[in-house]
Amino acid sequence: MKKVKVYVTLRESVLDPQGSAVMGSLHKMGYDEVQDVRIGKYLELVIGDSERDVDALVDELCNRMLANTVIEDYRYEIEEVVSQ
Amino acid sequence: MKFAVIVFPGSNCDLDMYHAIKDELGEEAEYVWHDTHDLSGYDGILLPGGFSYGDYLRAGAIARFSGVMDEVRKAAEAGKPVLGVCNGFQILTEAGLLPGMLMRNKNLKFTCGTVSLKVENAQTLFTNQYKEGEEIRIPVAHGEGNYYCDDATYQHLQDNNQIVFTYAEDFNGSRNNIAGIINERGNVLGMMPHPERAVSDLIGGTDGLPLFRSIVKQWRESHVSHA
Repeated sequence: MKKVKVYVTLRESVLDPQGSAVMGSLHKMGYDEVQDVRIGKYLELVIGDSERDVDALVDELCNRMLANTVIEDYRYEIEEVVSQ
Repeated sequence: MKFAVIVFPGSNCDLDMYHAIKDELGEEAEYVWHDTHDLSGYDGILLPGGFSYGDYLRAGAIARFSGVMDEVRKAAEAGKPVLGVCNGFQILTEAGLLPGMLMRNKNLKFTCGTVSLKVENAQTLFTNQYKEGEEIRIPVAHGEGNYYCDDATYQHLQDNNQIVFTYAEDFNGSRNNIAGIINERGNVLGMMPHPERAVSDLIGGTDGLPLFRSIVKQWRESHVSHA
């Protein structure tokens, strides 16, 4: 069994209005050193043992549904889950 | 002419769409649940607005994998008119039946009101009852209608006359004020504004009626010529 942590973020070339609003607010609070804020999504998947290659599977899931690659990029980490 | 109004869990403009077709246009309409696997009996497909599957993940991201979407794709490939309004437009882009993507509005707000649209292309099967460049008043209600596409896609849309409606002024941050686009073949239209809410003077205007009349006119002409 594996736990997959997927991070979906807007592509660099795409304006992130939510991130801009949060950064504006942080600046108003006095945190001038914050130079950029980008908001994304975090998903955790638990994948059961299978013959399929996990990377290929996760790429397929991301490309087909979890991310819209017109505006989003994704990356992920895979952790082995040891049953207790 | 017989229309299918596709109903997803969370659709909420399906009744308006049905009313527009049945009562104002005088054509046939039926509600079709999202797990239907046969749309062969319908001449036109309507994807209404709403919040299918709660807009979870992204607007339209889950609805596009509904059973009925294979049938919508087949209908599009067969050349039948397919109209997606608001959430329907979002579903069509997620499904890849239209290019680009609808992002969160630039001002981050869900915005309701009536806007002026410019008819950029009056040669389509959805707009032949409008005049090119005509300004029409159509209600809008969305939080994610900010149309985005890359430069190459935008160029392609322009070269092929696929931009059908634009906002008269910047409304939600959409690239070049795009409010509605059509596929290359010209039978799949997606738009954020709601023509089905502008079909009677009682509810504030009739500028949406010509869109539905255009579809019916084209359909009748092609079916008479085939007779």
